[in-house]
Amino acid sequence: MSNSLIIGQYVPGQSLVHKLDPRTKITIIFFFVFIVFFANNLVSYTLLTVFALASMFISRVPIRFILKGLTPVWFLIVFTFILHLFVTKEGTLIFDLYIFEFYTGGVIQGFAISMRFFLLILMTSLLTLTTTPIEITDAIEDMLHPLKKVKFPVHELALMMSISLRFIPTLMQETEKISRAQASRGVDFKTGPIKERAKAVVPLLVPLFVSAFKRAEELAMAMEARGYQGGEGRTKLRELKIEKRDILIYVLFACVIAGLIYTRNY
Amino acid sequence: MGKKLIEFRNVSFRYGDEQPWVLKNCSFDIYEKEWLAIIGHNGSGKSTIAKLMNGLLFPQEGEIIIDGQQVNEESIWSIRKDVGMVFQNPDNQFVGTTVQDDVAFGMENRGIPREEMITRISETLSAVGMQDYLLTEPHRLSGGQKQRVAIASVLAISPQVLILDEATAMLDPKGRTEIMQTVNNVQEKNELSLITITHDLQEVVQADRVIVMNDGEIWDEAIPRDIFSKKDDLREIGLDVPFVAILADELKANGISITKEPLNHEELLEDLWTLHLKT
Repeated sequence: MSNSLIIGQYVPGQSLVHKLDPRTKITIIFFFVFIVFFANNLVSYTLLTVFALASMFISRVPIRFILKGLTPVWFLIVFTFILHLFVTKEGTLIFDLYIFEFYTGGVIQGFAISMRFFLLILMTSLLTLTTTPIEITDAIEDMLHPLKKVKFPVHELALMMSISLRFIPTLMQETEKISRAQASRGVDFKTGPIKERAKAVVPLLVPLFVSAFKRAEELAMAMEARGYQGGEGRTKLRELKIEKRDILIYVLFACVIAGLIYTRNY
Repeated sequence: MGKKLIEFRNVSFRYGDEQPWVLKNCSFDIYEKEWLAIIGHNGSGKSTIAKLMNGLLFPQEGEIIIDGQQVNEESIWSIRKDVGMVFQNPDNQFVGTTVQDDVAFGMENRGIPREEMITRISETLSAVGMQDYLLTEPHRLSGGQKQRVAIASVLAISPQVLILDEATAMLDPKGRTEIMQTVNNVQEKNELSLITITHDLQEVVQADRVIVMNDGEIWDEAIPRDIFSKKDDLREIGLDVPFVAILADELKANGISITKEPLNHEELLEDLWTLHLKT
């Protein structure tokens, strides 16, 4: 199990999207989320879709990984489409079915809103598919840096995130070990009514928590022994660097925004 | 022997006012570039000694002087630059998300520039034979490999003293050999003082000097061969005597004269096959 374990959804690769500075990716996705709501006609939607699909193809992430990211929201996309179909009463009537009336406006509106959802999910999952969690952590630490002035514990937050990421596989291995040990003593995790199964989780969680606290204590001691005394005066091994390709992408994205503003009034 | 590096002067320690003393009036010295082994059964106070040397704990009585500085709240940060420590549990001291991040952690804390970190990471990782695992995550490493990374991350800050606090206790025999080999190499190359804390007599064989702890007191301080000759006493204070020492004893009891106390199988073998040549 431990050999196939990948934290998050990261798909290793060497594409342009993978190599971009994580801060660039986060910034672009942040603004993309906003501008998606400004698209209001076929041309502007096409523009954004082309941008999103182009990013997807450049990243060379296999389509099945992206579809996997979409599965939990398929329902939401379809549901909003149907909702708009029933509720929106604009445009010309297509046909009516007893009490339900379907209008062209509903189809268009439903399609547009679903498209927005689709684009949002596509871009955000592209971020997690092409960026390691630790890169995202570094980027967040760097981007939140100005908040240090108002005493926001940026460094501590980033360290907490990276230590959590480091211990996820360790604790998962431990969970498996404990659940096997408890199963060998007759705890049944897999059958029975839900209430019984929920009860069976208790003998799994208690030892897991006890050991997690013990780990935390030992880790704190080891960190102290290795000279950790807070973020003050610390240097960093992992370095973020804005390269030419990042600037190129920013310029391209600025063109997309300009294009969107222009096409809005078509 | 070189100059004194660590001095314990009448040190006593307990975890709380109501608690029993863990260390009782201990005094000893550790010299530059020597290999000192501290051995004792569980609860004999040996791990407490390690934590006192690093300023993780402070003694209630007596004083500890490391490289001319007394250990106290003000001096701990500079002392921790000189005293590196490897703990028992390989998982619970691995801070970084990858091998190179973990080796860098100690250096980052000390504000070492990035370029220097990169060269030191590759130097120290090759010193422990882990240079091919630069970007590997901890859950893909064995216990022995994790401990080697822990040793590398201590070496990266080039300390004067390396303390291994039961660093092999949670490893399988293979991991144990890996660590003992690594420690040997490091000791030969780096010229630092090495303190290994253990409850396994097998691991003290190569040390220059051994301190045996019992119930918070120094029970004996001698070279390994002399320690090995006190088998019955060692057994009495709860230490396992290695098989080769027991065998040598039995042979002696059966009238076979063995010239010196054997530390390992090879030495005993040497003694036995030359037995009749000498007489």
